[in-house]
Amino acid sequence: MSNRRTVFCNARLIDPATGLDAKGGLLVENGKIADVGPRLFGDVDRSDPEVIDCKGQVLAPGLIDMRVFTGEPGSEHRETLESASRAAAAGGVTTIVVMPNTDPVIDEPSLVDFILRRAAATACVRVAPMAALTRHLAGEVMTEVGLLMEAGAVAFTDGDRTISNTRVLRRALAYASTFGALVVGHAEDPDLADGTSVTEGEYAMRLGIPAAPTAAEAMIVERDIRLVELTGARYHFGQISCRASLDAVAAAKQRGLPITCGVAAHHLALNELDVGSYYTFMKVKPPLRSEADRAAMVDGVASGLIDVVVSSHDPQAADTKRQPFAQAAFGAVGLETLLPVALGVHHNGSADLLHVLKALTAAPARILGLNAGALAKGAPADLVLIDPGAPYVLDPDKLHSRARNTPFEGRKFQGWATKTYVGGECVFDREGMQ
Amino acid sequence: MSSAAAATPILKTSHLLGIEGLSVGEITALLDLADEYVALGRAKEKKSPLLKGRTVINLFFEASTRTQSSFELAGKRLGADVMNMSVRTSSVSKGETLIDTATTLNAMRPDILIIRHQDSGAAEMLSRKLDCCVVNAGDGSHEHPTQALLDALTIRRRRRSFEGLTVAICGDVAHSRVARSNIHLLSKMGARVRLIAPRTLLPADAARFGVEIFTDMREGLKGADIVMMLRLQMERMTGAFIPSTREYFRFWGLDREKLAFAKPGALVMHPGPMNRGVEIDSAVADDIEVSLIHEQVEMGVATRMAVLDALSRGLAQQGRNTP
Repeated sequence: MSNRRTVFCNARLIDPATGLDAKGGLLVENGKIADVGPRLFGDVDRSDPEVIDCKGQVLAPGLIDMRVFTGEPGSEHRETLESASRAAAAGGVTTIVVMPNTDPVIDEPSLVDFILRRAAATACVRVAPMAALTRHLAGEVMTEVGLLMEAGAVAFTDGDRTISNTRVLRRALAYASTFGALVVGHAEDPDLADGTSVTEGEYAMRLGIPAAPTAAEAMIVERDIRLVELTGARYHFGQISCRASLDAVAAAKQRGLPITCGVAAHHLALNELDVGSYYTFMKVKPPLRSEADRAAMVDGVASGLIDVVVSSHDPQAADTKRQPFAQAAFGAVGLETLLPVALGVHHNGSADLLHVLKALTAAPARILGLNAGALAKGAPADLVLIDPGAPYVLDPDKLHSRARNTPFEGRKFQGWATKTYVGGECVFDREGMQ
Repeated sequence: MSSAAAATPILKTSHLLGIEGLSVGEITALLDLADEYVALGRAKEKKSPLLKGRTVINLFFEASTRTQSSFELAGKRLGADVMNMSVRTSSVSKGETLIDTATTLNAMRPDILIIRHQDSGAAEMLSRKLDCCVVNAGDGSHEHPTQALLDALTIRRRRRSFEGLTVAICGDVAHSRVARSNIHLLSKMGARVRLIAPRTLLPADAARFGVEIFTDMREGLKGADIVMMLRLQMERMTGAFIPSTREYFRFWGLDREKLAFAKPGALVMHPGPMNRGVEIDSAVADDIEVSLIHEQVEMGVATRMAVLDALSRGLAQQGRNTP
């Protein structure tokens, strides 16, 4: 890190970790936050090159995205760690948690090491790898949780696969709990979901697309909660998408179980009708839900029952998306629309800005045990400057991701990241973009 | 020794099925007797005529080298006729039930039947069906009483008393009959028992044994006087209960670095056969300053002689076939 000083003045400081929302300033020295507080640098010389005038914009901890798929290694034509990191920076995301669903699967300590080294060499934001919970994501043999943690894995998951064998999952959870490791699950009954691409309901019926009921998700949520109760493992549902799942998680939290959950931004902003005329960019996993379920997810974020909001960034190329709906790949890019969608929850009056940002910063940091997500003295200067009111129409051609499969093409948004800093270094500046 | 002591009964029952049902007095008496047989085993003339005329049958349904030969030697040193039956050559492999095999053997009028079986409760079932004394040489994941007794004898000869000792039992507790028997015995005798294993190798209710549970080996070894390693049944474990042997060794294999967390002068035990580089490092296993592994084998023969002796006293009391 540089030996430089940077002064941020005239900012609206929002630190969800402490509940701070006040005008003030922040000092960065040697890549770390050296000082922060209201009234700080109120009278600083704004022409000084070390001084950044935030012009009243929001200065918050950089976002942590707990669910990012890349194509590295194995499918670099879709996305590399480098291209994903540039998309992240443009979206105000300073830490991406990458999924092990690559080729090869990240199920070996040496592969965790590979991801970390590639990230250090090529990525402009922090990369935290999750490792597979079972070898080859096959749901049969548990991975070396202890050695993978030592190599740097922050959590264990089979990504977008559900482990159907409950005995395997029970043992994997028990084994993971030995190390206090975090397990991240995907809730979708594999047999009910097999071959389907949308949510069962009237619209799916009219389109004639094979569909799965939301119960396919809720029953796995309920099953996994029982196994957590049995094993005491720390467990996070990577994403839930329907009210039934939310109710089950709420009851589990009520019972004091170590369970948390996330929701994908697209499940906050889109519903099953957005599939429209077989629009494959709307094909995501789990599928878009009814309007009632979408509204329940927004309520869940507002109430805090849903801990984190993720992008579920999943870059797909034309070859996998330009297909009949049933054959098209699942997934949507989302790193650059995560913040705007989340800000929408604030703009429509569902939750205040501090609370929305918590689900993108302090909450994921706490769940993952990362030293990030807070405007704390001594913490790494991972920061985002947000203009929460800026209006614009999303243009897929201006995305930084290598893939273009956004479900938000042409959507009107309000608010975006204007500058992003990682370790005090500016990794994105919207003014300099034009 | 035998002629003078022969009148004193040691066991209240005519079988040795487990440690759980034994009293402190019975255990102490067995260990005292075993101590005497250690001396006999080290003498030039190792034989006693105590069981002359008695028939001992070794019925082993699981492969075993040291336990079976230890029982065989114990019986022979006491002058008994010892017959070994291994499953591969018996009619069990032809589909005979356990009860039928046992009643057939019973008709041959043995005095003591020693049985090892893969199913928990097998020894107890036979004890209810047969006329002879039954010794459990290991039943499933239940008990292996002579192993616990020989471990106790080994410890007692080094440390004099169990009171105040901290014994750490490490490894596959969930499937281990050695662990269960040792937990019962050591707890009864006043030692503090700790279990160290990954969660998958600990029974869910392990704390109900009245022991301390650790998943971090360094934490669990702190202040331990005795470290008892358990054998990892690799063929059954890998993939199902632990991800790999290299990970197991890294976190639960006993090497010098981890042993340094135990009390200075702590002693290491292993029931054998060892998996070097899986649950124990050769540098520890072969260190004669800390490893009691060979001593355990010697104590095994003496302990089993004491058990056969004790059971034959019961036979004598019943007045059955007194030689």
